[in-house]
Amino acid sequence: MKIAVLSGKGGTGKTTVSASLSATIKPSQYVDCDVEEPNGYIFLKPDIKHSIPVNVEIPCVDESICTSCGACAKACQFHALAVIKNKVILFPEICHHCGACYIACKPGAMTASERTIGVIEMNDDQTFAQGKLNIGEPVAVPVIKKLKEYLRTDIPVILDCSPGASCTVVQSLEGCDFCLLVTEPTPFGLHDLKIAVSLVKKLGFPFGIVINKALENNSLIQDYCKEEGIEILLKIPYLKEIAKNYSGGTLPVQNNKEWAARFIELYDKIKERVLQ
Amino acid sequence: MKQIVFISGKGGTGKSTLVASLSQIVQNKMLADCDVDAPNLHILLNGKVMEEKDYYGAKEAVIDKDKCLSCGICRRTCRFGAISEDFEIVPFHCEGCGACTLICPAGAIHLEDVKTGNTYVSETDRGTFSHALLDIGAEGSGKLVTEVRKNARNHINEEDWLLIDGSPGIGCVVIASITGADAVVAVSEPTKSGISDLERVLAVAKHFDIPGYVCINKYDLNPDITRQIEDFCDKNGFKVIGKIPFEPKIVYALREFKTPIDAGLENITAEIEDIWEKLSEQISTITGRRR
Amino acid sequence: MKICITSSGETVESMLDPRFGRCSYFVVADLESGEHTVIPNEAGVSGGGAGISSGQLMVEKGVEAIVTGNVGPNAMNVLKAAGISIYRGKTESVKENIENYKAGKLEKITETVPSHFGMGNRS
Repeated sequence: MKIAVLSGKGGTGKTTVSASLSATIKPSQYVDCDVEEPNGYIFLKPDIKHSIPVNVEIPCVDESICTSCGACAKACQFHALAVIKNKVILFPEICHHCGACYIACKPGAMTASERTIGVIEMNDDQTFAQGKLNIGEPVAVPVIKKLKEYLRTDIPVILDCSPGASCTVVQSLEGCDFCLLVTEPTPFGLHDLKIAVSLVKKLGFPFGIVINKALENNSLIQDYCKEEGIEILLKIPYLKEIAKNYSGGTLPVQNNKEWAARFIELYDKIKERVLQ
Repeated sequence: MKQIVFISGKGGTGKSTLVASLSQIVQNKMLADCDVDAPNLHILLNGKVMEEKDYYGAKEAVIDKDKCLSCGICRRTCRFGAISEDFEIVPFHCEGCGACTLICPAGAIHLEDVKTGNTYVSETDRGTFSHALLDIGAEGSGKLVTEVRKNARNHINEEDWLLIDGSPGIGCVVIASITGADAVVAVSEPTKSGISDLERVLAVAKHFDIPGYVCINKYDLNPDITRQIEDFCDKNGFKVIGKIPFEPKIVYALREFKTPIDAGLENITAEIEDIWEKLSEQISTITGRRR
Repeated sequence: MKICITSSGETVESMLDPRFGRCSYFVVADLESGEHTVIPNEAGVSGGGAGISSGQLMVEKGVEAIVTGNVGPNAMNVLKAAGISIYRGKTESVKENIENYKAGKLEKITETVPSHFGMGNRS
């Protein structure tokens, strides 16, 4: 079973929830799809044994064939190519690896070359996997695609997605069985939750909600969920202790049986929903 | 007019809450929300929309069914899996690269601009406010941020300040948020990943030659890391202009759409007033020196 | 000789726009004839590569020097390859910047770009 954990906005506790789930369900695989800022490793402290580069295809110009006609630069919708003084200049960071320039080049001067934009890291038994996009690289989707090739099929998989509702999140969600939306009981949280809800609805995934930083009265989120018929699966209270442990790299479920039990309960609820 | 941008390495550090609070202290200012991927500031500002524009932020392939020969070359060419078995464009998959338009033997495919969001200029009781809302699944870009800042500029009415809620991260949108600004304030939390995030955003500010300041939110959660942040700032010439304590009452206040100032949290209000005093003084000395 | 000033408005009285790739307008001034043309910057709709397409535009217009505030790493590469020099303008009108350029009062920008960029150019 594959559970994706996402949130409309950053800082809601997505990593706390996904890493906690993974730490309580054993065995399970934790997959950090937040490739721009992966930080699940801070809590799960994996022993990284495998490191696989993520390569993308980029065009390479054979200057003996190139007529500097400029068709490639014109075809590139991302402006990753410029033709200056009879020379083609490639900006590899901007390249989306779409292949349009190969098609546009009539003399056939474009050949494929490779470059590394990130890395997949895993521990020995692959219960931990993360993608890391190199600093300065703007295109994250290929790293997520590659990372998803390493999903285990024999044990539950928890995917920690990047914040927001953009195409990188869509990529992370693909093929999941359940989406867990993490939010906080503030107007900000509600606003971004609504965005995340419409995304998973549009994509047709079953989903439920975890309220993090919950207070005694969470009517803001609860009223919305009631209205929309969305199930609230867990509430994590806003306690200085939890925040303090988090800042030091400790999850609520680590060294706390009560919290571990609650996350197992959360997992059971999800299982029930998926198997329905 | 002086422009101050509030940024953070990651989301959820309290950037928008700080900007919303400052909007009650700073006189004669405009506001802009450049955190286009997760705009939040409008939630705390009761505004009346004066101007609304469609934003076309992407291109998408469109297949002309009358010309299509169903040969499947486009589907084999597309590297994003964006063309379905029955030649429909799969939602969220088309990157608008145009490879299919070049390969189609029947000339049946072309690119069209697609609306990916809206930009707004609103009148609020705290000044003119420029922001944008993206459609579901759409991605913010430097262009949209530039658009939001341009809209603000178009409505200037002798204001002294423009407070900008910037976007988190270090990418293109952040660069677009801060270029041409007079100061950058990085809002940080004392967490393990906090320092490296902070270093990254401040490096961006430094590269663009914009003075950078730091505000540590929830500083008392981890005094060790807070000290490390202060040491880092000291060594690298960034001034820490504020330290806000962990205060659950802020969340209670926000739940009722109130800033910490509305909620009468005196210690927080005093700290934010202090931040503004230091910040405005710093900025006027710097710009004074430059002239 | 033609030079280009990035401008925030459509006239030579407008203030300099300190951004290159995402400036509002380009003012291309012919120093011999004293004439100038204003080009709105229609940087790519896809959101990325604004600096590159703007750089390419400068080449097409036959510009030999640019007066602006900041040049991003990608635009810098295009301009360097094309042999276009870059000068740091002041927060004044386009007109004043043209005069300052003529008087040789502007500082040339040669500074290279942040470390994680710049290793791209393989051709």
